[in-house]
Amino acid sequence: MMKFKEVNHSIPKVDGRGLLKGASAYTDDLAVDSALIIKLLRSPYAFAKIKTIDTKKALKIEGIECILTYKDVPRIPITRAGQGYPEPSPKDKFILDNYVRYVGDEVAIVAGTTEKVVDDAIKLIEVDYEVLEPVLDFEKAEGNKSVIHPEKEIYSMFPLGLDAKNNIACSYMDTMIVGDVEKTLSECDYVVSERYYTHAQQQTAMEPHTSTAYIDVQERLNIITSTQNPYHTRRIIGEALGKPLRDIRVIKPRIGGGFGAKQQVHNDLFTAIVTLKTGKPSKCFYTRKEVNESTFTRHQMRIDIQLGADKDGNLHAFDMHILSNTGAYGEHSLTTFMVAGSKLLPMYNKAEALRFEGKVVYTNKCSAGAYRGYGAIQANFAVESAMCELAAKLKMDPVELRLKNCIGEGESSPVFSVMGEGGEGIAQVMESCKLDYCIERGRKLIKWNKKYPSKQITPNKIRSVGTAIAMQGSGIPLLDMGAAVLKLNDDGFFNLLVGATDLGTGSDTVLSQIAAEAIGVPVDRIVITSSDTDTTPYDVGAYASSTTFVSGNAARKAGLNMRAKLIEEAARALHVVHKDDVIFEDCTFKIKDSNESITLKELSEGLYYKFGADMKQLIASGSNTSPKSPPPFMAGFVEIELDIETGKIDILDYVAVVDCGTTINPNLAKIQVEGGILQGIGMAMYEDVIYSKDGKMLTNNFMKYKIPTRKDVKKITVEFAESYDPAGPYGAKSVGEIGIDTPLAAIANAIYNAVGVRIRSVPLTPEKILNAIKNK
Amino acid sequence: MKLKLNINNKFYNTNIDGDESLLDILRKIGFKSVKKGCDTGTCGVCSVLIDGKPTLSCQFLAARAKDVKITTVEGLGKQADEIVDLIVSEGADQCGYCGPSLVLTTYAMKKELKNPTVEKINHYLTGNLCRCSGYEGQLRGIKKYMGVK
Repeated sequence: MMKFKEVNHSIPKVDGRGLLKGASAYTDDLAVDSALIIKLLRSPYAFAKIKTIDTKKALKIEGIECILTYKDVPRIPITRAGQGYPEPSPKDKFILDNYVRYVGDEVAIVAGTTEKVVDDAIKLIEVDYEVLEPVLDFEKAEGNKSVIHPEKEIYSMFPLGLDAKNNIACSYMDTMIVGDVEKTLSECDYVVSERYYTHAQQQTAMEPHTSTAYIDVQERLNIITSTQNPYHTRRIIGEALGKPLRDIRVIKPRIGGGFGAKQQVHNDLFTAIVTLKTGKPSKCFYTRKEVNESTFTRHQMRIDIQLGADKDGNLHAFDMHILSNTGAYGEHSLTTFMVAGSKLLPMYNKAEALRFEGKVVYTNKCSAGAYRGYGAIQANFAVESAMCELAAKLKMDPVELRLKNCIGEGESSPVFSVMGEGGEGIAQVMESCKLDYCIERGRKLIKWNKKYPSKQITPNKIRSVGTAIAMQGSGIPLLDMGAAVLKLNDDGFFNLLVGATDLGTGSDTVLSQIAAEAIGVPVDRIVITSSDTDTTPYDVGAYASSTTFVSGNAARKAGLNMRAKLIEEAARALHVVHKDDVIFEDCTFKIKDSNESITLKELSEGLYYKFGADMKQLIASGSNTSPKSPPPFMAGFVEIELDIETGKIDILDYVAVVDCGTTINPNLAKIQVEGGILQGIGMAMYEDVIYSKDGKMLTNNFMKYKIPTRKDVKKITVEFAESYDPAGPYGAKSVGEIGIDTPLAAIANAIYNAVGVRIRSVPLTPEKILNAIKNK
Repeated sequence: MKLKLNINNKFYNTNIDGDESLLDILRKIGFKSVKKGCDTGTCGVCSVLIDGKPTLSCQFLAARAKDVKITTVEGLGKQADEIVDLIVSEGADQCGYCGPSLVLTTYAMKKELKNPTVEKINHYLTGNLCRCSGYEGQLRGIKKYMGVK
């Protein structure tokens, strides 16, 4: 295994102590006291047209500065999704519109001096709605007589299969086809053909979405916001307001979690427009109710799968057809859907006949958006359940079935080139893939051979094991770009400026370690700043498991460039003719075969104070984009205890063995996996977004929407495979999402192994389990 | 109404409305370590110590706080360091939004729990939600602080 000085070490997060000791660091902490408070009047109806809206009475309240309705804002269609550009989501959203498309949709923006006056004003706005028949069942959305997006302005920047009059946000058909699926299936000895459902899930970052805006001395709009992608946010705000980007600055402070929830623009649109209209600072801090009802959830999906294998368990056909629910607006609709295929089909690359297709429909529910796993988790539930169903038909150990069919190092899949995120993909060979090791090691750690399939513990309780495997990506090939700038200071330390967006993941720390490794200095010589569209370089932002891989390579390149410049300047200072004769170690430049040396500190002082005509600022930069997106892999194994009288399950242990290449910071990598697993367990077992029959979200707070607590899991065991990907910074791949993918199927499979019932829709509630046992 | 608050052993004179929560007042005065996460007393990030007991400041009327001692993480000073370092050394601080309240509650727990076990720790801290860490890393650090193997 390679040895490194700075990377592959578990140093504490650079911001950890400050945050835990309560530093003012998050958006709301930084808003000025005089900021106008912004709240929204929101729709009580799932689908309605505003006939009249009267704000006269509300405006009379003392302290109210500004009330905006659809009549007062630019009518420019945008998408709020912070993705690439041209955007792969339909442009179907206005800042405000005369149609409201879900309960909680924005009707009016109200700004005033205190929360109380704003609350009072909201009650006095008079709205006359024409209530329309909502579309709440996503399986009845296509071709429904209620058309959710009748507006003429809706469009997409490139063909997505948008068909608004039929409530289709996008579709992807007749493209991802390899071989003859129908013929191959007909020739298979065993075929599994089943339908699975996954539900919406809330990201529930602990910090609610927050934005604050002000005008600076150059009369530019400044926005501090809890965003995962400051550059996309700037672009979207510029587009929505019709303003040049040079007039907008977006600052990302510390972020209280995101998980995809902040990979889009929400209240920034409101602070921006209020501050521009009033000239005053403003802020908008969402309540938890607003976070749940009126930001984004995970896409609900219906997944039809056909798997065909011969009698020896060799997979020959793999067919997936998906219907996805994007809710009221189409953010991330096509791309989450495509990830459902692109992160699952290649995992079983032995199958020769492949097909993937489907549609994403509008409904009158909260919009779906980005959430860790991003389509892959939904498809993982279906595919990894179906693999166990196939193993049962074959009477084969499901672990063996996976080992027989999963992708291996040096292998590829035609899917990589056919299908990317939103369009064609790029061919890839797996230069690192320890999936087989992960499966073997996980099987050993959970003691599969002793425990599979199950064991009766008491008359009521059965213990069983289940498994699922997963792959994700490391950024989006040749679409994601990140950059880093290094600046040498006197005293011999460096500012590392990155557009990459640490939202609690530890990327500031990881990127500092990578830059330090590249320069050849201890990490405490690096002071990192992220991210600010005025002062840090471009980066797509924190999504698609990109930061360690994409931005990490940028930090590495910047570091290597800085090292080269330092050596050049040291050679000049030491009067050395050949740069190769300069050795840089322990923060000192030495000359080969000589006692002469200069320290980094002395060199920096010389460059800024003493070298006369040779004085200069040393700055180095690095940009990175890659045709490769090396997937991290994981094998998940769960042991559960199932009470057959109540249907309740307890997770006794969740074992994860992960191949994410080199772990730049093993502790932080481990926490990423542990945190991902617990979010996956939450989705698998009880997290569920529930609506009333007229479309009101019932699970709009933590009382009704339960996320896992400390008591909900007994043990999570995480190990990493020894792995090195040549394309990654010092061998690293990504690790942010992979942990969340497997629990749904692994737990469903464990339930099957315990009591022989197959549940094909999550969450796997005691009620469903008990009913399934009774109906067996 | 006028109110005199004892926060971290210092007195603060402030004006409040009768229905304002202690959380909002603490943040207004400048104690930004006290976070808002849910408005319904269910996430724990607004926890402060009232006379040494962990209390959800969003569910505590500011008007009721006139004769109590309020402690925020700023008030723990160096006493927070051991807890902070143990959590940070596991990488379990993550986004940090639940961090100050977790540190405070852990500090109070050590004073209160006589014979701590993993089960008792998890029970005591159940109300402190964290969405990033999966809790395991936090537990590794907190077990060391509590002297639990």
